[in-house]
Amino acid sequence: MTQQPIVDARAIHKHFGALHVLKGVDLKVAERELVFVIGPSGSGKSTLLRCLNRLEEPSSGSIVVDGIDMLDARTDINHARQRIGMVFQSFNLYPHMTALGNVTLALRKVAGKSRVEADRLGQAALERVGLADRAGHTPGQLSGGQQQRVAIARSIALEPRVMLFDEPTSALDPELVGSVLEVMRSLRESGMTMIVVSHEMGFARNAADRVVFMDDGLIVEQGPPAAIFENPTHERTRAFIGQIQRH
Amino acid sequence: MIQTFFNIEIIAAAWPIVLSGLLNTILLSLIVVPLGLFGGLLLALGASIRHPLVRWPLMAWVDFFRAFPPLVLLILLFAGLPFAGLELGGFACVAIAFFLNTGAYYGEIFRAGIDSVPAGQVEAGRSTGLSRLQAMTYIVLPQAVRNVLPDLLSNTLEVVKLTSLGSVVAVPELLYQARQAQSLTYNPTPIVVAAIIYFLMLWPLVRLLSRLENRALAGRR
Repeated sequence: MTQQPIVDARAIHKHFGALHVLKGVDLKVAERELVFVIGPSGSGKSTLLRCLNRLEEPSSGSIVVDGIDMLDARTDINHARQRIGMVFQSFNLYPHMTALGNVTLALRKVAGKSRVEADRLGQAALERVGLADRAGHTPGQLSGGQQQRVAIARSIALEPRVMLFDEPTSALDPELVGSVLEVMRSLRESGMTMIVVSHEMGFARNAADRVVFMDDGLIVEQGPPAAIFENPTHERTRAFIGQIQRH
Repeated sequence: MIQTFFNIEIIAAAWPIVLSGLLNTILLSLIVVPLGLFGGLLLALGASIRHPLVRWPLMAWVDFFRAFPPLVLLILLFAGLPFAGLELGGFACVAIAFFLNTGAYYGEIFRAGIDSVPAGQVEAGRSTGLSRLQAMTYIVLPQAVRNVLPDLLSNTLEVVKLTSLGSVVAVPELLYQARQAQSLTYNPTPIVVAAIIYFLMLWPLVRLLSRLENRALAGRR
């Protein structure tokens, strides 16, 4: 990794009261890289992801995304967050708006686009996730997989430099997972930098550039998917991989 | 019996007085309901700032004015403020007292509504770059208001009924005017008329409230 990383997080610590959730995590991600973060629940992987766009405030450390110091008090965090898309486990679509309304809200209110322009961009984003014909539907009228794809469209409409996925398929029925992974795959092919917290090992195997294994607030080991899955060096990684592959 | 409680001649004579009272009750409601909603919204927005230095004083404020009987508050303002050099008149005193009292109630309703919206909604909005205020305005409040609409309407019903307290400080609203007419005619008919008017005015709201409550119940199932 000789080029300047697009995400450069160093020595991230996070305390929740007495709980020490992140214990000094370093994570560098190169442009166009797809990094998979795996680990047992409570290992801190979601918290790490949420620190990167400062949905959680790190207790200490430094985070630079696309050249912007995310923890500098002078940084306009709302401006910075437009460059960092985030997709949540529970979709978090706005239930009182249509799919297009969900996608265009930030385009209009943050990016300052006119309604016509926002609608055009929003429609294009829905097209990219294969839901152009669902623009007028509310989240309640969509399946889980469709909702998650609208959520992805909501993020990519802002043309982010990095996308964060926090267990994007964990809340989905098995038969709906494929459609979401399909969209993620096409995003990857378009060159999007992605950090994905997920247990979709099949997807990790054939789409990830690097797999990061976290346990107990630390990165235990990382490497190409084949190395991590077939040949983990650490006992804890081996135990975790063994566990999830039995399922 | 009918001569005493529903005397047509007396109705005809008292009608202009009672009608002016009705208009004042409507006017008073049109002032105190938006005022209370506005005050309540401010309180709830303040309480959504989790900082203890903001939250605690607001909670104390809300608790105080919910515990304070509105009639006592009204009389205190009306009888007390002149001693502080402030002659506000009955109408303004009612407006202030209601702003304080019903604002606290509306505030609690808005707060419950805001709390009912999952935190993930705000996180999704903030992650796309919306400010805290924008997320509140476009994402949280529309859902919050929808979730507590029956409670807002129910409180509004109470507020309209409470405007009759204005009669105590000589605001010529419906009850006050009816009592004027009653004492002029030595007959309770104007009070009966006022009661009927209150009922006819509020009954559609009560029906609407029942429908909203049933719908909310059905939605929860």
